[in-house]
Amino acid sequence: MMDTFLHRLGFAVVALFLAGPLIIVAGVSVNEKQSLTFPPEGFSMAWYEQIFTDPGWRAALVASVLLAALSAALAVLIALPLSWFLWRRIAPWANVFRLLGVAPFILPPVITALGLLTFWATIGFYGQPWTAVISHAIFFVTLPLVTLSLGFSSIDRSLVEAAATMGADDRLVLRTVVLPLILPYLVSGYAFAFVLSLNEYIVAYMTVGFTMETLPIKIFNALRYGYTPTMASVSVFFVAIAAVVFALIARFGDLPRLLGAMASDES
Amino acid sequence: MRREPPRTIADYTPLAFPAIMLIIFFVVPFSTMIAVSFFRRQQGGFYTPDFVIDNYGRFLSAFFGGVLGFSLMLAIMVAVICVAIAFPFTYLLTKTSRRVQIVWLVCLLSVLSLSEVIIGFAWSTLFSRTAGITNLLVAAGLMSEPQALLPGFGAVLTGMVYQALPYTILVLYPALVRLDPTLLEAARTLGASPLRGFINIIVPALRNTIVATLIMVFVFALGSYLLPQILGRPQHWTLSVLITDQAIYQSNMPFAAAMAVFLVLISLALVGLTLLVGGRREATA
Repeated sequence: MMDTFLHRLGFAVVALFLAGPLIIVAGVSVNEKQSLTFPPEGFSMAWYEQIFTDPGWRAALVASVLLAALSAALAVLIALPLSWFLWRRIAPWANVFRLLGVAPFILPPVITALGLLTFWATIGFYGQPWTAVISHAIFFVTLPLVTLSLGFSSIDRSLVEAAATMGADDRLVLRTVVLPLILPYLVSGYAFAFVLSLNEYIVAYMTVGFTMETLPIKIFNALRYGYTPTMASVSVFFVAIAAVVFALIARFGDLPRLLGAMASDES
Repeated sequence: MRREPPRTIADYTPLAFPAIMLIIFFVVPFSTMIAVSFFRRQQGGFYTPDFVIDNYGRFLSAFFGGVLGFSLMLAIMVAVICVAIAFPFTYLLTKTSRRVQIVWLVCLLSVLSLSEVIIGFAWSTLFSRTAGITNLLVAAGLMSEPQALLPGFGAVLTGMVYQALPYTILVLYPALVRLDPTLLEAARTLGASPLRGFINIIVPALRNTIVATLIMVFVFALGSYLLPQILGRPQHWTLSVLITDQAIYQSNMPFAAAMAVFLVLISLALVGLTLLVGGRREATA
């Protein structure tokens, strides 16, 4: 009895620590007046409307969503052929490219950001919006790469062999057997990259920070000039997007397995 | 259709696009950055190709030494605190039902994906005088009047632990899920209490995992660049902040690049160490 009580207490403390700041922000975001007070004074959803009606915030939202949608798609386009090749062929040296794909994610982000800044500045495209799409795709290619590699490794090779024995060539096997099997992993890879790109600050700031405002850049710029409640409502909005996306992944995919728990089929 | 080595040029075609993208947009920028770190800075934010090591020479200054020392100390503290909280927590999490685990994983991923800007803003609100936690303490009669808890070292540390904790849990999760449950059962059968079993059996069995996680969280914490700015004072700035500052505001790209190269070397050395520790784990298992 004592044990389960202590366990519950432990979970509650961690939950409170993780949720605490977000609860305060959610409270602040419904203040009626433009003031930073908690508990909120009055109740108003006006600051949520602001995200969509204020031209500045709306432009930042559109920029962020476009950037995230395009860069995640490009990341998947890079990761899919690479992970297919590594699964289909015996070519140990090709693992170098897997390493290159994972490196930007493991190193401190400021390094990738600075590398891309010097690169775009050197070839003269610094500040073009499309450079952010490529930069984010490279920065987040790790995520679809990891989920797709996991997806390919889970394919039962006898299925593929059966198809090949029946006379299907590589292309046909890919379309009719492999792609349907890895689709959940492809979607989760895209979703992970999408959500992280939406929230990313430093790479976006260093590549297009002076010509385009994504939402994180907009929040930080606004933070320097003082407080507006829209920051709070945007933050809550972003937490909600992330929670919905990950809940969908959990609903339609195997989240414990995606996060590396191979033993999940036993439980 | 077994795995086979590529034979014709056509077999290599799927590799073309990923390889070109990764080389042009990662290898080349990375090399450019290394090259720039040896360039000479001109007045007005420009730099000319050259080979000087002055940019690295500036590492020897007391100011840089202070920033480096502070960054390392902060990252070590974050890593130790996070693992100390996350290890027992993750262990308990793996003992819960699959449903509970999934709910927690969704929440952890949501917090992990949060922008540093949002985390910084949320904690600055929580620590503020008007909307902060001290108002609750005042309401509870523990304090006489609300006060701001930032900027300060405590605020930076709290924010960074908040940012790194979900990461730590998710790094530990696979190792703890796959842990053989019979290990603890054996200890329990022999009369050990659950706590004693955890400390004497589980922790030593996963010693290498713990070391590897400490290093990974350390590297993760080194990358934090906004929280020290939002929650701390200039003396709480880390190497990552300094690199951004030099690159964007001081327009000293060569010095920023030199510091970034230095940060890469530290990180690579530590990641190498992690692989070594991980490799030994597999060798002994």
